[in-house]
Amino acid sequence: MGVIADVVGVLDALPTALLVGLGGSLGALARYAVDVALDGGRRSTFAVNVLGSLALGALVAVAPADATLALAGTGFCGAFTTFSSFAVNVTRAFDTGDYRLAAVDALGTLASALVGVGIGSWLAALG
Amino acid sequence: MADRLLPALVALGGFLGATARYLVGTLAVGPSGTLLVNVAGSFALAAAVGNVRSTRARTFLMTGLLSSFTTYSTFAMETASLGLPLGLANVAATYALGFAAASLGLFAGRRWA
Repeated sequence: MGVIADVVGVLDALPTALLVGLGGSLGALARYAVDVALDGGRRSTFAVNVLGSLALGALVAVAPADATLALAGTGFCGAFTTFSSFAVNVTRAFDTGDYRLAAVDALGTLASALVGVGIGSWLAALG
Repeated sequence: MADRLLPALVALGGFLGATARYLVGTLAVGPSGTLLVNVAGSFALAAAVGNVRSTRARTFLMTGLLSSFTTYSTFAMETASLGLPLGLANVAATYALGFAAASLGLFAGRRWA
């Protein structure tokens, strides 16, 4: 019966899933636009991850309604930022023996994204 | 000449990737769900590198779907709200498993090529 309960649970969640999907489309498009503007690559991944973390920090700090959080937070910010491209960038730098670049990317992204979350919530508290 | 279909493929992939991430999150709530999508997505994206040749397929699958399936902002947000010992553990687990998955994916991708 556990499987049936799980399926019913997933169906119950459908409207929220649609909001997340819509936000995800827009977030992916915005990331694509940054890719085109910055010629893709490491700097582009860094930019979306830090900007998106700042935006999510601000969004969560204003404690929006569940639907807004699904659309703009889980959907848009979630899809605008990306862990997979970041992980491939770091791993490739490591594979080519550029350990310094791998470390700078891994730790620089982490520190900047965490500061971004902090600045985002601080800005939201100001507004 | 730019391919006008590419933005539509990004949007479609983004819809599917974000929805799939949300559904995983309903089954594995919180940082464990984020860890799961980030590790699985890193393996899949790395395995696709060099194996998906058409620009349209790459744009849909890699830029759209797999990049939207994984997320850095939710990871950063959760890390910040977990506080010091647990946040550090979240970073260590996500980075170690994520980089290992990407490394394994690149290796698997070269074998399949």
